[in-house]
Amino acid sequence: MTGTDTELEAQIAEWRSYMLRRKAISEADVDELEDHLRERVGDLTESGLKSDEAFLIAVKRMGRMDELSREFAREHSDRLWKQLVLDPDRDAAAEAERRRGLLVMLACAALGVVAVKLPALFGYGFDGSGDFYGRNLGLLVLAPLAAYFAWRRRLGAGAIGAVAGLFALGAVANNAYPLDADSQSIVLSAIHLPLLLWFVVGVAYAGGEWRSGQRRMDFIRFTGEWFIYLVLIGLGGGVLTAFTVGVFGAIGVDAEVFISEWLMPCGLAAAIVVAAWLVEAKQSVIENMAPVLTRVFTPLFAVTLVAVLVAIGVTTNAIDVERDMLILFDLLLAVVLGLVLYSISARDAAAKPGVFDWMQLALVVSALLIDVLVLVAILGRITEWGFTPNKSAALGENLVLFVNLAWTAWLYVAIIRRRKRFAVLENWQTGYMPVYAAWAAVVVLVFPPLFAFA
Amino acid sequence: MHIAKDLVAASATPLVLGILAEEESYGYAILKEISDRSGGRLEWTEGLLYPLLHRLERLGHVESSWRTPEGGRRRKYYAITEEGLRELAEQRKQWAAVTDALQDVWKATRALAPVAPPALEA
Repeated sequence: MTGTDTELEAQIAEWRSYMLRRKAISEADVDELEDHLRERVGDLTESGLKSDEAFLIAVKRMGRMDELSREFAREHSDRLWKQLVLDPDRDAAAEAERRRGLLVMLACAALGVVAVKLPALFGYGFDGSGDFYGRNLGLLVLAPLAAYFAWRRRLGAGAIGAVAGLFALGAVANNAYPLDADSQSIVLSAIHLPLLLWFVVGVAYAGGEWRSGQRRMDFIRFTGEWFIYLVLIGLGGGVLTAFTVGVFGAIGVDAEVFISEWLMPCGLAAAIVVAAWLVEAKQSVIENMAPVLTRVFTPLFAVTLVAVLVAIGVTTNAIDVERDMLILFDLLLAVVLGLVLYSISARDAAAKPGVFDWMQLALVVSALLIDVLVLVAILGRITEWGFTPNKSAALGENLVLFVNLAWTAWLYVAIIRRRKRFAVLENWQTGYMPVYAAWAAVVVLVFPPLFAFA
Repeated sequence: MHIAKDLVAASATPLVLGILAEEESYGYAILKEISDRSGGRLEWTEGLLYPLLHRLERLGHVESSWRTPEGGRRRKYYAITEEGLRELAEQRKQWAAVTDALQDVWKATRALAPVAPPALEA
């Protein structure tokens, strides 16, 4: 080995470490590019250049690093999204951008607090008007979040109009329908409107590019991470609340009104925006946690569902489809779908099928069987008692989930048998997302008039 | 001769798939092949080639594998898949349609080089 060779190795090693700092370029990509670089250096040396000259030219030919990194980022947006706002080699511009993001977050969180407390000025106190807040809480807390993303993503006028229009539509329909406080429809609206609006937030999150499958997948990732942050903030808030009650109780001051009127509603409204900001700002802190959680809970949920199926088979007890039970089973299926979606979003699409995919398949198939049993029970109730808003909504939800789970199971089998690429499953899931939004819209907008506001 | 960016981008996929349809290859060799085939007129950057290869892999048109040839370095090889062959056939049809139309248009507009000027033909 000659001196120039060691020199070249040192230069390549340095080049490598520079490349590895780019978050859009993975280590395997750097390996691939290094091979490319060495090949070109080899060719250039053969044509008579010295190795250090050859290295310079080869690096120059590869193009500027930020341009190369940008091209990689366009293809691998899943890596780009991991790019920290708090980038370690940040410069002044990034610092200003970070500060701006922080200010926008604070402004939108404040907006959320105002939105939640403003109705109190018009006589809709948080304690006295449960009906009003039941209808509108989702609207009030999600609108600032949509505003936050509209601001951060520099949404175009058309997209802003669409998002604002959808929020307005939800607000009008939800409040203009003459629904009784104890009607089934009002409970359904209270559940489905936030769901619908969450997808509208997704449009803002995607910067208007809601048709793009990759943006949708990013939104699924975001939803999972956001939920984890919200739960963490909620836990912290619970501890704070307990201390507040205890400490003020000890000195003879009743803090309950302050907590129920101010601390909890304002905390929730602010936490929704803060959690979204945290997801974007502190991405790499938590990204190791969400995939771990899905890895832990996928097998556990699969075992639980199989146990339920075995219990049903052994006792031959049918599923009791009272209202609470319906909600419980819908929630269970939604959680399963969430697990599946999340592990799909966290899985490397190029990885070969493995044990975990079998686990997923078991989870999906058992959820599918339970879904069928619930569907049978609901149909039985409907033929016996006729359609009600609750049963129709449950029927629709289970059908929507059934179609998704059935096709997911089919695709999983094909993937495990290596007939299909994993990306097909990703496309199916992202392509299916509008169906949930559409169904939520039907329940919120069409159901009340259809069932005479029952 | 400089070839416009749009044209380079549009022809990138069929070129890569076409080269891989002959035999499996790796990044640097593909780049050289493209330069040779176009007489040096198509100069691709790495920023174009590798993200494109990764996209084709994600779409299932090519498959990659890391291998170490004897006495060589570890290297990432790309091979075309069944799906990639179908895509190539489809692209080929589309390109044939485009070039046919262009040929037709070139014939009609005689004023343009490299066809002989109309004065000579009259």
